[in-house]
Amino acid sequence: MKAIVDRQKCTVCGVCTDVCPFGAISLKETFIEISDECTLCGMCVDTCEFGALSLPEVGTGPAEDLASYKGVWVFAEWREGTIHQVSYELLSAGRKLADKRGVKLSAVLLGHRLDQSIQEELVSYGADVVYVVDHPELAHFRDEAYSKAVVELIRQKKPEILLAGATSMGRSFIPRVAALVKTGLTADCTELDISEEGLMLQTRPAFGGNIMATIVCPNRRPQMATVRPKVMRPEKMKDHQGRVERMALPEECFKSRVEVLQVIPEQDQTAKLTEADIIVSGGRGLRKSENFSIIEELAQLIKGAVGASRGAVEEGWIAPSHQVGQTGRTVAPTLYMAVGIAGAIQHVVGMQGSKVIVAVNKDPQAPIFDVATYGVVADLFEFMPAFIRKIKQERGESS
Amino acid sequence: MHIAVCIKQVPDTKNVRIDPDTHTLVRQGVESIINPFDLFAVEAALKIKDETQATITVLTMGPPQADEALRDALSRGVDDAVLLSDRAFAGSDTWATSTTLAAAVRKMGDVDVVLCGKQAVDGDTAQVGPEMATFLDMPYATFVKKIEVLDGSALKISRQTDEGVEIWKLPTPCLLTVIKEVGEPRLPSLRHKMRAKKATIPVWGVADLGLAPENVGLSGSFTQVVRVFSPPRRTDRVLIQGPIEEQVEQLFRHLKESKVPGL
Ligand SMILES: Cc1cc2nc3c(=O)[nH]c(=O)nc-3n(C[C@H](O)[C@H](O)[C@H](O)COP(=O)(O)OP(=O)(O)OC[C@H]3O[C@@H](n4cnc5c(N)ncnc54)[C@H](O)[C@@H]3O)c2cc1C
Ligand code: SF4
Ligand code: SF4
Repeated sequence: MKAIVDRQKCTVCGVCTDVCPFGAISLKETFIEISDECTLCGMCVDTCEFGALSLPEVGTGPAEDLASYKGVWVFAEWREGTIHQVSYELLSAGRKLADKRGVKLSAVLLGHRLDQSIQEELVSYGADVVYVVDHPELAHFRDEAYSKAVVELIRQKKPEILLAGATSMGRSFIPRVAALVKTGLTADCTELDISEEGLMLQTRPAFGGNIMATIVCPNRRPQMATVRPKVMRPEKMKDHQGRVERMALPEECFKSRVEVLQVIPEQDQTAKLTEADIIVSGGRGLRKSENFSIIEELAQLIKGAVGASRGAVEEGWIAPSHQVGQTGRTVAPTLYMAVGIAGAIQHVVGMQGSKVIVAVNKDPQAPIFDVATYGVVADLFEFMPAFIRKIKQERGESS
Repeated sequence: MHIAVCIKQVPDTKNVRIDPDTHTLVRQGVESIINPFDLFAVEAALKIKDETQATITVLTMGPPQADEALRDALSRGVDDAVLLSDRAFAGSDTWATSTTLAAAVRKMGDVDVVLCGKQAVDGDTAQVGPEMATFLDMPYATFVKKIEVLDGSALKISRQTDEGVEIWKLPTPCLLTVIKEVGEPRLPSLRHKMRAKKATIPVWGVADLGLAPENVGLSGSFTQVVRVFSPPRRTDRVLIQGPIEEQVEQLFRHLKESKVPGL
């Protein structure tokens, strides 16, 4: 199988030949040819202005009536008594999809000793129905029990769309749900839309954020996606009404072969990078361990978390849990300050989703400036103390 | 103990980009490397082998060139390698990829532990491990940073979550996806390099795995890429130069105007 060329439409312009990462397209005199090197990656399809390229259809799986699946679901991530912020973001995003489709929006809440106020909160962010499964075996997160419970709910209620946060929990158990219900799953989306026909257009970064791809799941339901936290905006709907439906599932759903021995919450609050709204990060430019105090001082002052480049972590100036980037955490705060960080792509992929990026670096050629909203070309040892003084001074005056 | 490690050959992501002018994918200078997280998985397996009697087999699904990645793993001390390669695998999404890998593990028969990287840096989905475990009906743990073999039939692992660390006990056979903290990958040794060069690596296709062609590759996939484009560039970039005091004033003003919290 390979990409399909519609020779009627192809003008033999040759543009696509340069696009194929596998060199599978060759330009002949009167036509183009696709070789067996084609991996069906899809890269060429969108580059042909004439719509001459397409991929063969994806699989259909077992025959089923897709139209019998209705409604948008959001998995409400409950941990130790609280709901993860991303769930509210998803309810707001899901509300829009549901309205466009003219269907109901539901939240799925799993856990144990669930508080009434949580259900009300979910409704206030737009849920029409909250499906609640409360069971002792759901007190601690385990992939098996959580996925079996969600799969059972899907089998009973048949939603057309299921969204979950691309958190460590969502990215861990949602793939199991997709595998069990035999449907496609798009990871870590940053944009969602829906087509006339009800196909969810799921856009996500790939290749370390250098490329965006829009993905669909045409022939299976539910269409499932995990969505990156802090990308969608949570919107409270004051007088929204919804109802709660308690679901009793077969005992079999709660069985798990995994035994949770211990849960150790992160001691160091500043390391809670993924949830932070402000992050101040330091890199090799700080030169020595003691100088990390500059980063810590500013972070404390503006109530931010402390991040680091791999360089700083390798030097042993700060614990690995603070590392931002490809092999560390991916973050997307409102404000990200990179101080003395060169901006290698491996670092950038972990922070480029931030709303405002400030870079402080004395090398004007540093790649970090390519992604910085505000690039300060300065010696950090001069700039940072002055900037900290300025903030203190402003506060002194206004208070 | 038999450990299977799944590795993926990926383009070195730092070189993959779309040319902003021509809107085409730049492939110049894009080398293939072993997915960095999979090297951690190889290292985790070798660590277990250092302490217990273990045999390690690496698997990859990919084009014939993926053979290189397998030889690299062999040169680091892995015992055996298998290449899953067939035209029919082209266009696999994670569902089809994990179906194929799971079939290979099943064919190997006696696997006690399957190790994967946390995610592959090209697709970045982190779905293959969990989906594969599901098809193999194995318990699994993601984001694993430490592995301890308790006895022949159970593992104690630590996993890093957004909230902290969790310690789990899993019976074998099971699947783990690992992160950097399991250990820096060791370098190839001369002795193993020699062996890697000479090794014959079996190639398994659809028929060898007993899979139906409609369950692999694009036909076995449910997701489809419909559009690929470069991320919108930041158009609002401001470079702040000049004397320190002025820079401080400017940045402060900009941040106030952008209404960032904290100031
Ligand atoms: C732009 C783009 C976006 C895509 N988005 C999606 C998407 O959202 N959903 C989807 O289902 N598919 C998607 N795909 C397809 C996906 O990249 C492929 O299915 C890929 O082969 C497997 O997924 P991954 O690379 O994300 O693996 P991950 O799940 O990130 O990899 C985890 C681990 O699985 C193992 N592994 C993965 N692939 C192999 C392999 N071939 N051989 C051996 N071990 C392996 C490795 O141990 C690896 O560390 C996308 C493809 C492209 C080009
Ligand atoms: S880009 Fe389209 S029109 Fe041009 S050669 Fe390729 S298929 Fe033909
Ligand atoms: S689908 Fe991918 S591999 Fe096939 S011709 Fe198009 S760009 Fe090349």
